[in-house]
Amino acid sequence: MNMADVGMVILLALIFIYAMTGSIDFGAGFWAMVYLRDENAQAAVVANRYLSPLWEVTNVFLVLFAVALVGIFPKAALVYGNLLLLPGSLILICLTLRTVMMVYAHVVNRFRRALRIVSGITGILIPALLVNVFPLSNGGFITMTSGDWQINFHTFVGSWNVYHFVLLGLFSELFISAVFLSDYARLSGDQEAFLQYRKHALWLGPITIVFAILIPFTLPVHALWMGNSIQMQKWWFIFSGILFLLMMYFLITSTLNKMRNMRLAAIALALQYLFALWAYGKAHYPYLLYPILTVQNSFTDPTMFKNVMIVLIIGIALLLPGFVWFWRLFLSRRAFFESE
Amino acid sequence: MDQALMARVLFGLTLAFHIIFASLGVGLPFMIMIAELLHLIKKDNDYLIMASRWTKGFTVLLAVGITTGTTVALQLSLLWPKFMHLVGQVIALPFLIEIFAFFLEALFMSIYVYASHRIPSPWKMVSVAMVALGAALSAILITDANAFMNTPQGFQMINGNAIHIRPWQAFFNPSFPIKLFHVLVTAYMTVAFITASIAAFGLWKNKHSHSAIIKHQQKALVVSLIIATMFSLLAAFSGDGSGKFIAAYQPEKLAAGEGLFKSQMYAPFVYGGWPSGLQEKIVGGLQVPGLLSFLATGKFNGLVKGLYEYPRDTWPPLYIHFTFDAMITIGSLLLALGVFALALSYLRNRQKKHLPRWMLLVLIFAGPLSMAAIECGWVYAEVGRQPWIVYHVMRTQNAVTSASYMGLVFVLFILLFFLLAVGTIVVIRGHFKRHPLAEEFAITTTKAEKEGWQP
Ligand code: HDD
Ligand code: HEM
Ligand code: HEM
Repeated sequence: MNMADVGMVILLALIFIYAMTGSIDFGAGFWAMVYLRDENAQAAVVANRYLSPLWEVTNVFLVLFAVALVGIFPKAALVYGNLLLLPGSLILICLTLRTVMMVYAHVVNRFRRALRIVSGITGILIPALLVNVFPLSNGGFITMTSGDWQINFHTFVGSWNVYHFVLLGLFSELFISAVFLSDYARLSGDQEAFLQYRKHALWLGPITIVFAILIPFTLPVHALWMGNSIQMQKWWFIFSGILFLLMMYFLITSTLNKMRNMRLAAIALALQYLFALWAYGKAHYPYLLYPILTVQNSFTDPTMFKNVMIVLIIGIALLLPGFVWFWRLFLSRRAFFESE
Repeated sequence: MDQALMARVLFGLTLAFHIIFASLGVGLPFMIMIAELLHLIKKDNDYLIMASRWTKGFTVLLAVGITTGTTVALQLSLLWPKFMHLVGQVIALPFLIEIFAFFLEALFMSIYVYASHRIPSPWKMVSVAMVALGAALSAILITDANAFMNTPQGFQMINGNAIHIRPWQAFFNPSFPIKLFHVLVTAYMTVAFITASIAAFGLWKNKHSHSAIIKHQQKALVVSLIIATMFSLLAAFSGDGSGKFIAAYQPEKLAAGEGLFKSQMYAPFVYGGWPSGLQEKIVGGLQVPGLLSFLATGKFNGLVKGLYEYPRDTWPPLYIHFTFDAMITIGSLLLALGVFALALSYLRNRQKKHLPRWMLLVLIFAGPLSMAAIECGWVYAEVGRQPWIVYHVMRTQNAVTSASYMGLVFVLFILLFFLLAVGTIVVIRGHFKRHPLAEEFAITTTKAEKEGWQP
């Protein structure tokens, strides 16, 4: 592995972390809206309780991703930045509305209903917009006009493959958040919410896997190369599929008298997505944006990269104690009982 | 409007909006820390109440600061991709380190706000100090990125490519120290004046309220004024330093700010007036011969460079003269006001009397004025760098995105900022209306209000 590849692995790790925390965060917003009419539904209570300390952390990872992209692959930041003005701005606007509503509602009770609606809708819109980067990066939607790259919005909006990715992203979001919220409900000893989210996870899981299996079929229309290289990584994908089956097993067996299995399901789920992302990343390699950007040709200056690595490592090492404290105060079982 | 102009206005507006919340975000935790400290030392509950009320306002403002900041960070790549290309190669470090500063701030903020009743009280002090430190660090680091734009170094541009990159040399560029000092000091000064304004407003409005409340607000006013005045003095010093610095490193900016066309010794300082590009001088205004030379170089006969030294198409817009004047005027006035109000309050206190109502009325305007000075200062610094996005390296015109739909994005953001401004004011006012100060005194327990989580 050369330096650029190390950079790519870091970026993938950040994508994975953001995908997980973002799914839980945005998904929780969505579930809180689903239970809008039933003010006291335990499921909504759990969703909201998870939300409040989480959004700041998720947000920081988004910014960290953007900054890491600029620092490690500046040319990719150049090309993507040049393309994404409209979708990027829409994401920012949704994100701002959502965060601000969250805090407004925290201060003014009257806004709580509005908050649930705003964070529910944006909880769907933001991931749907974010996921578009996947099909975009496979090439086929970009044209060069007068020396600058432009998205061909017309073909983009008319592509089945794009919707396919969006649906896979959305169902994954809801699925991941359902499993994690169910586990969180278990921690707080809330049986009603536990069962509710478990029920949702049970039907969402199979749907996501169906969409995932169908991806290679619609992919070749715009990105034949990607269709082929996915075939080459099939063992990684199969491994991820096995983890999915394992996850379903734990999910099904996590009944009220064996609630702890939900934790195992959550772990298997995270691993399943980790391997799927790894496989997808390997298939996509070496392109960051087919066919113009590769990992090598967008890589930053080596001195800069070394310094970026040093700063990352020192920063994480320094913040780790703070993180541990944060976790113990807010997300651990003990914290939960103390705050009651 | 062409693409670059629209992008400039949009980005300028976003930053002008963000800086309000960012400055509050830097200064408020500092004030909260002071209040907590005073509570520890004097064992006076008033300071605890102060800290808890400031914290409540801070939580809302912080969220708006974080979201607008996120917007700024990503907008940089969306509006100025070609600039970010260079940033990524040369000056990525402050942006990256800044994330950790944010993390520090966000983590300890959550701990301070949501868990303060669960941790021992020395740790409470530690966590609020960490919040203040994180906020100051993030301001310092972002200011560094901006300092680099003004005095870039640590690389060579050959055929539009940056080579021979030395990241730490770029990091410690010449304008970094003076700039961070001025930015930090003015943020503390502004927030202290704002808390002073709020206390003054409270005293001015409720003249018949009960005496514990008046005492409380008096204390808040005096603490705020002391801090504000101290930092005003530092602001003037650091501002003077900034002036000398740009005279040496960005002479166009100073020349445009002062409407100086010909290079000269004994250069005059012009206050007010109307900079005219046609007549190539400032029409009207108050001229003080030699003062500009003195401010820029420390000597009355020092040579100050004029605009004629530079090609006309690299002159900054001349209107920055107004924002420069406004900043300096506000700075000097506020310093004088702070000293005067403190002296008056000391004298009155000896006679067991309160500040007169006209004084309170004047003080109400101090906070907003100080914030206006920050805005003016930034417009001066940023517009004064034009037409360069990176001084003498890259032109703003050449850094802008070529993406379509700029107009639509522009309108959407304007709407968003409008909504945010209205929403934030309504929410904060609403909260303090429903929880007036008097309520705090009705509660006899010393414990700060327990913050519950959402429903
Ligand atoms: C409360 C706010 C405030 C006050 C009272 C002052 N300033 Fe200031 N000034 C700022 C807030 C500010 C700022 C917003 O923080 C700026 C914008 C960019 C920067 O680095 O700091 C700034 C920039 C700035 C610059 C340009 C620096 C550059 O472009 O690198 C100069 C020359 C001065 N200031 C000079 C002064 C002087 C002589 C003052 C006399 C009292 C003064 N400032 C008061
Ligand atoms: C928060 C306080 C700031 C304010 C109020 C502010 C204000 C502005 C304004 C008004 C402009 C438009 C100037 C023009 O086009 O005539 C501008 C441009 C710009 N500023 Fe700042 N700025 C601030 C801080 C920063 C910082 C810290 C950075 C760097 C990290 C920065 C980067 C830029 C860039 C990239 C542009 C666009 C290119 C240009 O017009 O030169 N700004 N800013
Ligand atoms: C000198 C001008 C600026 C200052 C002093 C400043 C300071 C701050 C501070 C203190 C915060 C934390 C939120 C708060 O406390 O209110 C913040 C948020 C933020 N700022 Fe700014 N900022 C400035 C300009 C910029 C610019 C130009 C960028 C873009 C690179 C930026 C990016 C951000 C981001 C990304 C956040 C949110 C971080 C998070 O997710 O926690 N800021 N800023």
